[in-house]
Amino acid sequence: MAIVKRILLDVLKPHQPGALEFAQTLADLDPGYRVNLRVEEVDENTETIIVVIEGENIRFEEIDQAIKKMGGTVHSVDEVEAEGSPPASTE
Amino acid sequence: MSLIQQIQSLWKLSQAGQIARRYFVTNGFDGALTMLGILLGFYTGGEVPLIVVISACLGAAIALGISGFTSALLSETEERKKELKELEDSLVAPLEESDYGKASQITPWVIAAVNGLSPFLISLFIIIPLWLEDWGYMLPFEMDPFDTAIGFAFLAILFLGIFLGRISGTFWLWSGLRAVLIGLVTAGIIFLIGGNA
Repeated sequence: MAIVKRILLDVLKPHQPGALEFAQTLADLDPGYRVNLRVEEVDENTETIIVVIEGENIRFEEIDQAIKKMGGTVHSVDEVEAEGSPPASTE
Repeated sequence: MSLIQQIQSLWKLSQAGQIARRYFVTNGFDGALTMLGILLGFYTGGEVPLIVVISACLGAAIALGISGFTSALLSETEERKKELKELEDSLVAPLEESDYGKASQITPWVIAAVNGLSPFLISLFIIIPLWLEDWGYMLPFEMDPFDTAIGFAFLAILFLGIFLGRISGTFWLWSGLRAVLIGLVTAGIIFLIGGNA
């Protein structure tokens, strides 16, 4: 199965945890993850953020769970960069 | 994430620290002034067996503790439910399984414990001299247990005032003395009314 290398998510989350803690929590999911977070819009109770995660093998389910645990919801997956995994050895 | 980190995160998320601190002072002040009132009431009323004073103070301390615990638990639970519902409506998603959901369940209990324990423990602290006398311990410098307990009440009031000053960033001695002034006014009113009763 192809390996996901980069993913861009549109997320709606409460004000707490803040952007810094939110990004750190996602980055802590895997030592190879690089997280870029941008706050797009701030409302009374919520904020819309754009999260870009890069890594050698991104596991979306794990990221989605972590976001839900922090009270957020993934609105949409707007960009994905995937790479075909090398064929299994036939020896 | 370790258990301590999780608790810290939930504590921060629910902003429980700020609320608990406010409740600690408010209900602690209730406890200290109630004890001061009871002690001064007995003081102006004349000679009363020590055990009667201790029982009255202990009864009031327990009632204050239970009242503080239950009232905070009921009000905070409803408040948290309302907040969670509003947030769920904004996010258009359930939050029971999230940290928010957990925090909204745990926080009312923590705040209730602070609200209940604060007046109870402060009240117990104030009646320590009465207990010591009752148990047969001599107070240093042959101090009167009744006067010492009243002194302890003012000490507790001073401490709460200083604590408030530290929170608000105002000069600690000023906020402490302001709290003591409230205690003195209370004492004055009790003496005025109690003395003429």
